[in-house]
Amino acid sequence: MRLSYPSNIRIILVPCTGKVDVIHMLRAIQKGADGVYCVGCLEGSCHFNQGNIRCRERVEHVRSLLKEVGLEPDRVRMYNLSSSEAPTFAAYATEMTEAIKKLGPNPLKNKALGKP
Amino acid sequence: MIVAKRKPFDEIMELLKDHKKVLVVGCGTCVAVCLTGGEKEVAVLAAELDMGRKLANNPVEIGSITLERQCDREYLEKLAGMADQYDAMISMACGVGIQFLAERFPNKPVLPAVDTCGLAVNQDVGCYEERCRSCGHCLLGLTGGICPVTMCAKGLHNGPCGGTNKGSCEISADQPCAWYMIHERLKAQGRLNAIRQIKPAEDWLDTKPRTLIQPGYKKPEKAKA
Repeated sequence: MRLSYPSNIRIILVPCTGKVDVIHMLRAIQKGADGVYCVGCLEGSCHFNQGNIRCRERVEHVRSLLKEVGLEPDRVRMYNLSSSEAPTFAAYATEMTEAIKKLGPNPLKNKALGKP
Repeated sequence: MIVAKRKPFDEIMELLKDHKKVLVVGCGTCVAVCLTGGEKEVAVLAAELDMGRKLANNPVEIGSITLERQCDREYLEKLAGMADQYDAMISMACGVGIQFLAERFPNKPVLPAVDTCGLAVNQDVGCYEERCRSCGHCLLGLTGGICPVTMCAKGLHNGPCGGTNKGSCEISADQPCAWYMIHERLKAQGRLNAIRQIKPAEDWLDTKPRTLIQPGYKKPEKAKA
């Protein structure tokens, strides 16, 4: 298909989105990532039954934590698609990148690197 | 086990606002099982505090450690050389652990990061239901293994009250009537006689802190000293 999607996304492979924990997403933001999004299978089609539903719950929790801390909850999101939907993957990547660009850089980025 | 609930982040920020070097102390026993104050929750709180304080332009240096238990002197000793390096400690243990930590390090502010909620059973991962108020006078032998002090909204010893409503409590249709449950269980076991005897009122005035010394563990030499 040779689809292109924004190159500023770093993909981290996990066996299932159910493996993604609150602390993984939180640490990424703490260390200066502008956004984190989890892409799971469609709800109802998880090979491990509830992995993607657990992930959605954790994403919601991280969003509430970010709000408490004083960051935009929209920096962390959950998307669902089937593994054969490459165009949807590219579309989500574009949507996420645009949303994050609107929010601007993570205000912790310079602070995380020890800059004033 | 003892269950606790994390305090709201704003309250924790307020407690720590004047401290620049803070040690987050988790507990690896009950509060770790109920997913409130174990190693993982310590990491989450430490990350939140780091981010929150940086965003408020009041950065804080954070250390974190999770002890096996905070209600045991031998495990608190692990902090002996460590506590001095921090302005304050915030404990994620239950109220017992927090107090014992504060007692061990009396010169250091020890602050709570959780609200202790009671003694509960594990119904599902992350779901806990209270079953015991640790009143000190267990009636379970007479009540079919269902505690009226905990499960009855009025804590009645000789219930039910007039508010029992087809198995529900008058406070809510979702709240089962403890005395209805007790009656049904004892009836099924053919033990209804157990609730026919009057149980005396609890000595609620006796509210001084309780100490438990197990039989065979008294130390007479200490009593003399």
